[in-house]
Order: sequence, then C-alpha cells, then structure tokens
Amino acid sequence: MEVLAYLIPISLLLGGVGLVAFVYTVRSNQYEDPEGDARRILNDEWDDKPKP
Amino acid sequence: MTAHATPVKAACPACVAAPAEPVRPVPEDVKIALSLPGIHCSACIAAVERALNAHPGVEDARVNLTLKRAMIKAGPDTQAADLIPVLEHAGYEAHELDPGALSATQADRTGRDLLMRLAVAGFASMNVMLLSVSVWSGATDATRDMFHWISAAIALPAIAFSAQPFFANAWSALRVRRLNMDVPIVLAILLALVTSLWETTLSGEHAYFDAALALTFFLLAGRYLDYRTRAAARSAAEELTALEVPRAIRLVDGAEEEVPVADLRVGDLIMVRPGGRMPVDGEIVSGQSELDRSLLTGETLPVFAKAGLSISAGEVNLTGPLIIRATAVGEDTSLHRMADLVAIAESGRSRYTSLADKAAKLYAPGVHILSALSFLGWFVYSGDIRTALNIAAAVLIITCPCALGLAVPAVTTAASGRLFRSGMLIKHATALERLAEADTVVFDKTGTLTSGMPELTNLRDHRRSDLEVALALAAVSSHPLSVALSRSAGEAGIKPATLSDITERPGYGTEGIWRGQAVRLGRAAWTGGQDTDQTATWLSVGDRPAVAFTFSDSLRPGAAAAVDAFRKAGKKVALISGDTPGAVEALAEKLGIETWQAQALPQDKASCIRELSDQGCRVLMVGDGLNDTAALAAAHVSISPASALDAARVASDIVLLGNDLSPIAEACDTAAKATRRIRENFRIATVYNVIAVPLAVAGLATPLIAALAMSASSITVSLNALRLR
Repeated sequence: MEVLAYLIPISLLLGGVGLVAFVYTVRSNQYEDPEGDARRILNDEWDDKPKP
Repeated sequence: MTAHATPVKAACPACVAAPAEPVRPVPEDVKIALSLPGIHCSACIAAVERALNAHPGVEDARVNLTLKRAMIKAGPDTQAADLIPVLEHAGYEAHELDPGALSATQADRTGRDLLMRLAVAGFASMNVMLLSVSVWSGATDATRDMFHWISAAIALPAIAFSAQPFFANAWSALRVRRLNMDVPIVLAILLALVTSLWETTLSGEHAYFDAALALTFFLLAGRYLDYRTRAAARSAAEELTALEVPRAIRLVDGAEEEVPVADLRVGDLIMVRPGGRMPVDGEIVSGQSELDRSLLTGETLPVFAKAGLSISAGEVNLTGPLIIRATAVGEDTSLHRMADLVAIAESGRSRYTSLADKAAKLYAPGVHILSALSFLGWFVYSGDIRTALNIAAAVLIITCPCALGLAVPAVTTAASGRLFRSGMLIKHATALERLAEADTVVFDKTGTLTSGMPELTNLRDHRRSDLEVALALAAVSSHPLSVALSRSAGEAGIKPATLSDITERPGYGTEGIWRGQAVRLGRAAWTGGQDTDQTATWLSVGDRPAVAFTFSDSLRPGAAAAVDAFRKAGKKVALISGDTPGAVEALAEKLGIETWQAQALPQDKASCIRELSDQGCRVLMVGDGLNDTAALAAAHVSISPASALDAARVASDIVLLGNDLSPIAEACDTAAKATRRIRENFRIATVYNVIAVPLAVAGLATPLIAALAMSASSITVSLNALRLR
C-alpha cells in the first residue's frame, strides 16, 4: 500500500495540471470563436509560413 | 438566473494556482465592427479577411464565425462605410455595428466565471471519483477512511467555490419565502456533504462526496449552456441596436459636421440627404422632396414634403436634400414613444410559464416532502438519526434534478444554434416553446412580405418611344420609382432617348426637352395624370395626356415559400397592412392568402391580434414597421426582420437576420421538435427517478447507484438534445 503515497499525490497533481491548463485557455480567449477556429485549420493560406 | 453570480474570489482553489486575473483591457484598437450574416465556411473567412486586409488603411481584420462578425483594426481615416462596399464587392452582405455597444458582450465576465466554476467542479469530481472507485471496488478500514478524508479535502473547497451560483439563487428565493429549483439542489449538496463528513469521522462505509461534486458539475453544465444561449441572444440584441448606426449631418453656422445621433439636441438644424433616414422628429425648414413613410405606417406611396411639414424619426427622404429642425430627439421621438405601447401589450406575454418552470413547481415541493418523509419514517422505524439522515440525503441526491437541469438548456442550445445557422436569432428565453404552439400566422405587408422595392408592372402597355423618353428622364433621378423604371426598361433592352435640358425638381419629378416638346416624368398633379391608389409615376409628352407607369412592391425572397409552408402545415395565414386595399388585395391574391385587412391603424393591428387570441388562436406575428410594434408585442410570439426599426425588433421574440423569409417556416418546425425533445427529456428523467427513488427510500441506495443513476440520466438527456442539431 506504500505505492499510494506516490499515486495519490501524482493523481492530484495531474488533475491540477489539467485545471491550470484549462484556466489558461479560458483566460487567453480560446473559446471566443470555436466554430471559426475549427474552420480555419482547413485554410491553407498560412501553411508555408506562419501569419506575420 | 446566473447573471448576477459573484465574481471570482481570491479564496478559491483555482486562484491559488492561477495568477491574479489581469484586468483585460477593452480592445481599444478595434475601431470597426461589421456584422456578416452571410458567412458560413472557411472559404468565407479567408475571402472576407483577404478583402478587408487588402483595403488600404486596414491594419488587421479578424472574422469571428461563431458570432458572424468581423473586428477590424484600422487607421483613423477608414470608416465602416468604406469597407461595406468592399465586402459587397466580394459577395458578402455586411452591416456596421457600434463597437461601443459590443464591448459589453466581449468582456463576458459572467460566462467565464461560470466556465471556471464548471472546470473546478469537473476536475475535482474526476479526482474524487478516482478515489471513490477504489472504495467501491473494495478498499476497507484505514485505506477507506483515508480516501474519504482526501475526498473531503478536495470536495469541500471545490464545492464552496463552484456551487456559489446555486447558493446565491437559493438564498435569494428563500429570503422572499419562495421555492425554486435551486433550493432542493443546495439542500442536497449540503446534506450530502454533512452526512458524508459525519460518516467519515465515524469511519462509516458510505460517503457521497463524489455525488455532491458530480451534481454540481452537471448542474453547472446546464447553467452554462443556458447562459450561453441567453448571452448569444443578448449580444445579438445589442448587435441589432448597433445595426442602425446612428450618424447625422448637423449644420453649424452653415458648415456640415457628422455627429452621432445621440449628440443631437432640440433645435439643431440637420441635413438629410436623399436616401437618408430622419434621425429625429422635426419640421422641414427648407428643401423639397418626397418621404417614404412605409416603415411607420405601411403606406407604399411616397408623401410630398416641403418646408413646414412635420416629420417623424424613421421616415426616409427620397429625392431632394432636406434641412430639418429637430423638435424631439432620442427617447422623446415618436419612434421611442411607441415603446410605451409595447410595454403595455407585453405584460400579457410575461405571464407565460415555461415548461421548465412548470416542472420545477411540481418538483421542488415533491422532493422535499419525499425526503422528509423517508427521514421521519426511518427515524421512527430504526430510532437511529444517523441512518435516517443518510437515507434522506440519498433520496435528495438521487432525485436531484441533474437531468431536469440539463433537459431544457441542452435542447434550447441545440435548437438556437440550428436556427442561428439558418439566420434567426432567438431573443426571448421562452420564444421557442411559444413558437411551437403557434397555429395562426399574421403577416404585415410592406417590408415584411414585400421588400419595399417597387417593380414596374405595365412595361408592355407603353409605346417604345414613351419608354425611351421615360428611361432617359428616370436615369438622372435616384427616386426609387425612377430606379425601378430604369432597371426594368434596361432589362427589356430599351435605349434612352436623347433629351436636352434635363433637370430634377425635387418632390415633383424630372423634366426635359425631347424633339422640341417638354417632357415630364413625375407626380400625377405635376404631369397632369389621374391619381390612382396604385403606386405610379406619370409621363407627359408635349400636350398628350399623361400615361401612367404602375408599380407593385416586389416580393421578399422566400415569402411565397414561407406562406406555402405554413398553409401546408395547417396553420391559418392572414395579412394585415396599413396600405391601400388595392395593393393589399393584389398581394394576398398573389400569395393565396384568403384573410386580409387593409388600411389598418397600429391599434387595429393590435386589436385584431387580441381578437384572434380571444378566439383561442396562438398567433405568430411577423412584421417590421413601427405600426406593427403593438401587434408584435400583443401576439403569442413574434418575428421581425433585421431591416425592421429598433422598436419593432425590441418588441419581437425572434429576429430574422438575412433577407430571405423562408427560414421562418423551418423555425416553427425546429421549435416544435425542440419542445418535443424537452418533454421527452422530462420523461427520461422521470423514468430514472421512478427506478432509483424506491431504492433510495428503502435504504438500498449506495453512492455507486447514485453516481450511476445521475450520470446515466444526464448523459441520456444531453444525447437526446443533440439529435436536434
């Protein structure tokens, strides 16, 4: 059962990392235009070089 | 419901991990916002952005497909008016929006706040569920206790943060001694936490931390969906207020300056160019022209305007420039006064109880009674308060309205999304349910079924030489009838005659000399024609009696299809207009509408709707004019096109964004389907309760059964709602 001493903190940490990542996406406005972002990926205009 | 949720507090667990929220600057550089109702794919995005970025002066343009708008960063010299033709050239309909009105919807704090709470509840419930699964699969003694304590350590702060909207709502309902859906929710969450903590301290077997968190998570998901749908409608309403971009030309000491309408004051001199809309109520000081009053009264015949005539905001100046003196501005204009009429009519509609409210009214007391009874029953039977409390908590958790909380928002979100894609905005929360009930459809004529664009009807009746002269005279004028005549004659391959001395007499028409004879095209009185009740313009050549060119209003695209679809669906269709009987009858015949009424005053329209309602009909009113507003508000449910005046759009539940009318019939269909899904979802939720509640009351429910019932019913109703998309 000693393994729990590692596993429980690890699972909590992973959950926390997920939460922080989600908070980051909300704060950087990544949910403002879900439909547009889904379509933009099909656009080949900036395939060769990134948009300046 | 959640619009007044408290802002993020620093004490929340998420904020320990995340940096303090920076005050997001209002995007100052976004100068221009355009609404693009026609965009729908990646090619559209690319085309619009390319067209805008190629325009000199535009620094950056970005399209938001979800909201169907473009935000443009541009230099100081670039105006929206310059960009709209650019987009129209590229093939996209565009309207200017007021970025000031939009900024409120951009910094969407409440939405983010809910999303954050949803995320905290979600991640916490995942972690707790992990621990709970180990308990269910056989962890005992000290291990189980430890798992329960860890669960408690995660669940308590997470719920304290995430469930705040429910606490706030329940408290505000209890304070005025009422019950709402949030009271049983809060009670279930709190009771679950308390009994679980108690069980944990006594090394008990069952703890409901995971259930309390899952409950919060599912209910927050429902709240968030609900909020998103409403926020979309609200921002759409703001967007539409912004549609009529308020600018006027004010004359100050003879110099023209462009100012926002909001800055106009009583007594200001305002210049209204041909084609412009009156920004305020006032009186004409100088100039002669004709006025189109169709938006206010439904008349299609233009009215002659000269100095001294009073004008109302919303009328359109047709031929000559007019200078007006403002007598009433802003809220005092006749346009805005109409809103009072609307407020009176609307009180009837607010009495409508939505399906969700009906369900909540049955549900909340039922759950409390059931849970209290099982507590009492077990207390009397076993004499053990701990067992009784545990069972009461299990009953509350299992009956808790996860599925009910998701049943309505999931369906309305799916349905609104579908209608938005076909160009309709649902403004009112219960509009879909009311639309589904509509069995009678009443249309307005001018501007709703017709596009307000005249069309020449008797081209074939005229001599070729007359047509050539008329075309030459019409070509120099921007009067709508002249434009229509030029278009029809041009399409028929007629070449303009050669005329000399062509001049336009604002308010009367155009005149010139053709082969030594004076020729005139214009009003009946000026050319010597006979006035009729049809829209017409007259041509006089020398001394010959004037000949009439008659016009009818062209149909809006999709009007015939919409009327047909309604008739096929077995709904009664009627037409009420303020226009002359001749014009209304012609249109009614063309579309096959049997019931029609002409020359209806605004009060007539509203009382007609009321009569129909008294006969037990559920009326759907479709109209756009100021004369329709009272009727729109009095109807069971109402739709207005985006081209309608502010007052009409405010009074209606649904706004049609595009030019095409055909989505209306489809919307009725979608609404009926949505209501059916909502009822199905209620039934599904009830079935789950019927199975799980006896188990809970009998004391057989375990946290595992509670978790299964809750997740299964929530997922089923969400999937059922998705069938609508």
